[in-house]
Amino acid sequence: MVPLEWYLVLAAALFCTGLYGVLSRRNAIAILMGAELMLNAVNVNLVAFWRYLEPAGTTGQVFALFVYAVAVAEVAVGLALILVIRRTQDTVILEDVDLLKG
Amino acid sequence: MTVQQILFILFSALTLGTALMAVTRRNVFHAALFLTLSFFGVAGLFVLLEAPFLAGVQLFIYVGGIAILIVFAIMLTREMMNPAAPGANRQWASALLVAVALCGVLGWVALNHDWQVTPGPVSPDSMSNLGQALVDPQGFVLPFEVTAVFLLVAFIGAVTIARER
Repeated sequence: MVPLEWYLVLAAALFCTGLYGVLSRRNAIAILMGAELMLNAVNVNLVAFWRYLEPAGTTGQVFALFVYAVAVAEVAVGLALILVIRRTQDTVILEDVDLLKG
Repeated sequence: MTVQQILFILFSALTLGTALMAVTRRNVFHAALFLTLSFFGVAGLFVLLEAPFLAGVQLFIYVGGIAILIVFAIMLTREMMNPAAPGANRQWASALLVAVALCGVLGWVALNHDWQVTPGPVSPDSMSNLGQALVDPQGFVLPFEVTAVFLLVAFIGAVTIARER
């Protein structure tokens, strides 16, 4: 059997890859893709903890399903916002969108 | 090395390698294709973790839904992105530093904590247990219903935001 630590280290690496994408990308859609990678890493962690710490229960899997619901809502609203920014500001580069900068 | 460990290494290499490509490719469309491959790798990990329902949901929602939606959005905003412009912003070096440092801290904690692992097989009807837990008043029926309302609100919000005025 694969040790639990392997899954945790993999999820940490995947989470940090997504974090790097969120922090370093200019395109708004690419930033959203980084956030999706982070949510995936969290799901790997939740399912690994369920499998290794509480295989008789269901809590870890149920939490992962709720993460899916949040991820879907985030993508739907995020892409709608990006399309509106593209229409009104004529850009998808988030650095160029500075409407709230006093 | 057992078969499971070899499969784990294969799936994690697929997931991490394509995830790294997805956050570093300059072309957003290529990045989205690599992201889809990364979602496939995570589905493989769920199969290894004996959560077949979640592996299926991963394929339906991420590969079938979110990846397609992202590709749509890229197509709709295609002409906005100058292919010669850099894909990363000016703070990419400090972002890399933060990500590597956080990865080091998380990995150190994961390797040094004494996890109380409960060995034991997954019950053969874990999938029906999962379905019952979601609608069980002693279980998760309230968060389940709140999630339904939340999704409805999010989709109405998305339509309202994106509508042409």
